[in-house]
Amino acid sequence: MHANDVKMSLDEVIEETRDFLSEEFEVDRNLILPENNLKDTLDLDSLDYVDLVVLIEENLNVKLTGEDFKEISTFGDFYRLVGRKLAL
Amino acid sequence: MSQRVVITGIGIYSCLGENLEEVAKSLYAGKSGIIFDQSRKDFGFRSALTGMVKEPDLKNFLSRRQRVGMHQPAIYAYMATKEALEHSGLDIDFLEKTETGIIYGNDSTAASVVEAIDKAKEKHDTTLIGSGAIFQNMNSTVNMNLSTIFKLKGINFTLSAACASGSHSIGMGYLMISQGLQDRVICGGAQEINAASMASFDGLGTFSVRESEPAKASRPFDRDRDGLIPSGGAATVILESYESAINRGAPILAELIGYGFSSNGDHISNPSIDGQIRSLNMALKQAGIQTNEVDYINAHATSTPVGDGSEARAIFEVFGEKVPVSSTKSMTGHECWMAGASEIVYSILMMQNSFIAPNINFENPDEDSAKINIIAETREQNMDCVLSNSFGFGGTNSTLILRKV
Repeated sequence: MHANDVKMSLDEVIEETRDFLSEEFEVDRNLILPENNLKDTLDLDSLDYVDLVVLIEENLNVKLTGEDFKEISTFGDFYRLVGRKLAL
Repeated sequence: MSQRVVITGIGIYSCLGENLEEVAKSLYAGKSGIIFDQSRKDFGFRSALTGMVKEPDLKNFLSRRQRVGMHQPAIYAYMATKEALEHSGLDIDFLEKTETGIIYGNDSTAASVVEAIDKAKEKHDTTLIGSGAIFQNMNSTVNMNLSTIFKLKGINFTLSAACASGSHSIGMGYLMISQGLQDRVICGGAQEINAASMASFDGLGTFSVRESEPAKASRPFDRDRDGLIPSGGAATVILESYESAINRGAPILAELIGYGFSSNGDHISNPSIDGQIRSLNMALKQAGIQTNEVDYINAHATSTPVGDGSEARAIFEVFGEKVPVSSTKSMTGHECWMAGASEIVYSILMMQNSFIAPNINFENPDEDSAKINIIAETREQNMDCVLSNSFGFGGTNSTLILRKV
């Protein structure tokens, strides 16, 4: 399901995000929790942020920029930003 | 003082097999690795014939970050290099603490470039190409990826010389070690197998169209050949100073005793007998041997009338009619950027197992090939000294000579 094909709830966006992030970055899905740090949990380096932008665009149809990531520390921050962009 | 240069490890990932053992069996059996690939016909290729290897899943070996910058050339080269390092008794801990270089042959990254540009055109946003594309797209992709994966600390560059890339990479590694600048250099050649990489070559009309008989289509030196067949994969050769190999108790598979090279300075795609002869004579002079000391020549011959004919004449001119000659491209097809390295691996496997791999499909000689001793059936024979030729577009020629230690 694509976020813009059928309007998803924020809970559905969160669950889908956990799926594609755990698969792409090869981390335990159970570690992708709102209170956990996004960078540390996914073990991101500067190049990985480019792929994160690609994944979010492909899966949620939301285009994030480098500026957007300045306000993201935890997965909870990330979900709030995506929710705002999707007007959820 | 010049250092002796030996080979302490080899690895291969080719259409004859995905490791040394499989490839040795295929060489002995005279097995062809050529197939008919319908997708090439659908694409618009004149010839759908190609050598084929599987793309391995590297998830079991490498992290996502390590894999993301790899496309076919680096993927195949990783498989061949992993085997060669194991063969040589080298692990990452040792490589990280010592100085080992890498000079790898590669001359295209066509499919990854096409994929990246297609993505940008679709999205109208270069960010959405992703982070791996730049490292897949540069011609030095093999070096970039392998030097970081294996923590290499020595010389690090890619060598592009068309279909002599793999051979010259070994030649450059040889020079680095013989001059005392490096103790060990990982050399080799990688060749992508995909439509994007070979479409323009197919467009020249130089590929065989014997599509009803893929295994019989590559027939170097045979009177009835009708063109070459593209192929690929990767081959890795670990070069080391004799002293370093002895000190660490490494296996010594052969000594590299001669490297000859030349440029034709003439036509961009036509071969030159004079250029080939100069390369052969330079390698022999450097090796300090007579022509009758060479037990076998692994020819460059690709199955094109012009190319095979000129090489046959060059070999006859320098060696006369006796030395056994075969082209393993009769089985593999033309492994292009990889060929000079893979044919050193094939030659070492033959030396180790005392046989000459056949020039399959050699049924009728032409005027030139009738003058040299082409081995059409597998021959059991001890070999102490072998020579391998590689020639490429732009008139670049390379000759390597190996001897048992």
